[in-house]
Amino acid sequence: MAPVAKRLDINGVQISTLRQGQGQPLLFLHGANGASAWLPLFEELSNAYDVIVPEHPGFGLSDDPDWIKSIPDIAMFYLDFLEQLKLSNVALVGTSLGGWIAAEVAVRSSTTLASLTLVCPAGVRVRGTPIADTFMWGPEESVRNLFFNQAIADRMLSVKPTEEQLTALLKNRFSTTKLAWEPRGFNPDLEKWLHRIKIPTQVIWGSEDKLIPAAYAEKWKENIPHATVSVLQECGHLPHIEKSDVVASKIHRLTGHAQ
Amino acid sequence: MKFVLFHLMPYRDLNFDEAKKYRSVWTLMPNSAYNPDKGADEYEEYIDQLVSGERLGYDVIAVNEHHQTPYGLMPAPNLIASALIQRTKKVKIGVFGRALPLVNNPLNIAEEFAMLDNLSRGRLITGFVRGIGAEYHTAGVNPAFSHGRFYEAHDLIVQAWTRSGPFAYEGEHFNFRYVNTWPRPYQQPHPPIWVPSQGSSETIRWSADPARKYPFVVTFSTSDAVSNYLKMYRTEASRFGYEASSDQLGWAAPIYVADTDERAREEARIPLQRLFNNYLPMPWEMLLPPGYSSMASTIELAKVRTGIGVQEQTLEDLIEKGTVVVGSPKTVRDRIASMRDKTGLGNMICLHQFGTLSNELTRRSMEMFSAEVMPSLRAKTLASAAAE
Repeated sequence: MAPVAKRLDINGVQISTLRQGQGQPLLFLHGANGASAWLPLFEELSNAYDVIVPEHPGFGLSDDPDWIKSIPDIAMFYLDFLEQLKLSNVALVGTSLGGWIAAEVAVRSSTTLASLTLVCPAGVRVRGTPIADTFMWGPEESVRNLFFNQAIADRMLSVKPTEEQLTALLKNRFSTTKLAWEPRGFNPDLEKWLHRIKIPTQVIWGSEDKLIPAAYAEKWKENIPHATVSVLQECGHLPHIEKSDVVASKIHRLTGHAQ
Repeated sequence: MKFVLFHLMPYRDLNFDEAKKYRSVWTLMPNSAYNPDKGADEYEEYIDQLVSGERLGYDVIAVNEHHQTPYGLMPAPNLIASALIQRTKKVKIGVFGRALPLVNNPLNIAEEFAMLDNLSRGRLITGFVRGIGAEYHTAGVNPAFSHGRFYEAHDLIVQAWTRSGPFAYEGEHFNFRYVNTWPRPYQQPHPPIWVPSQGSSETIRWSADPARKYPFVVTFSTSDAVSNYLKMYRTEASRFGYEASSDQLGWAAPIYVADTDERAREEARIPLQRLFNNYLPMPWEMLLPPGYSSMASTIELAKVRTGIGVQEQTLEDLIEKGTVVVGSPKTVRDRIASMRDKTGLGNMICLHQFGTLSNELTRRSMEMFSAEVMPSLRAKTLASAAAE
């Protein structure tokens, strides 16, 4: 079954969303590479949740308003989004850049949220352990460095992207630059407010993450002491793709849908 | 036609095999390769070369700004400009240019330029640029805001020069409760502003606007590109309802003169290939960080993947495409004259030292250019002006 693709107007910003399933709402916030495809993880989760996958403002087919200049702006946008869609009891899941957004949403207001799953999130800094500089990576490195299992990278690199996909990739890259170039991939003000997060929280990391080293998981644990931390072996920066079954079962467990 | 003696001040004592180990000599080649004794010699010689420009009859001697690269040793070009002012009397001093978006306080640029203008009693020509892509990596400034910061810094600087202070500046990127810079510029209303660029239609239109009429200089481009951009400037000017003068149209190119074409090619070959194949190259990610160019032009550029330093080039390629001017005095005269006749350009920005070109050959080429190329090109300008 194909998910329902819909344009939504949130306070004048048109964004694209994919949605499928019934039950507890699950809002998935994508990383820097966007969310143009319906992933196996979404399919699996849609058996138990109402899975909503928006493209952030500035990404994919969504509008790119000038006034959105930072990750905190995107977080405020998603508070509008949650309100307008009248969502509550939401399982919030974010990966990488989207994990950063999810944390920024949660520190601002958790009233509509039931749980928080952060998958290799950006957003905080560990001094002395810089994240990799994706802005220096060439096209091939940008794929290879994200996966432990290079067979996935090989498969992705063997597909020649269409003109449309290339344009979307470029747009995503422009927006990621706008949001994360300086300071590189973090908000100096986020860490001091992470204690505001009181909802059940988990942090999932790939042991072989070449973009944001797994050492960052400890930083999140330090600031959200009740969070559980899982480091998945033989996994890179995208556990939701590389180990999607493990990520799915961890989401089920956190939200009380243990199977 | 006016002549500008322009310098990049490259660091020549590089191990080019070692340099090949890095993605680029920009940003990533370790500065442990810089030897201060050699570097001090470079500065001394290069400043002497520029100073000799006054005696040789150049209208302007000029420097530029680059960061974290052996391609150019002038992260602070105003320091060199200040030295040049003290050692010359009449020649104009060009700073082409300062990279406005890369600073967090553009008023520092307004202040320094105003100082240089006073120190030289009005001999300063300023240049406003956005900086090269790699410099957004080194400065940390977000390339997504490059255009916005450029225009706003420009407005702030011009206001600081022309409005009586104190006044408040309220912008998107820059905010100041007090703008009241001392000194004010020596030239009124302010020193000339030139815009050196590799050409974007947006920058060209902005420069040609009648409120500004800033001289535009196409840098390091093929002769087709130079013609196109200068034509675009003239078209924009006529859309604005005026005819662009030759003073508004400039071209910057490496130039080498020797007594015969063969000898000129022989002597310029390695140094020029070093410039284009060793000093300039950088990967796409450094050349065009996202946002540095608009989405539309980035897509266009990505299709052709041409641009400075993207492909290896031989001297013959460079000559054939017209990116460089190399030959006997007659060849060089004819090339510049034909570009002038084709484009209406009035400012020739001459890069006589390039890449690893030695002091001796640089000086000989400059002397020959001054004695055997400049005079007739000047005379023709006068003749054509008289005929009008």
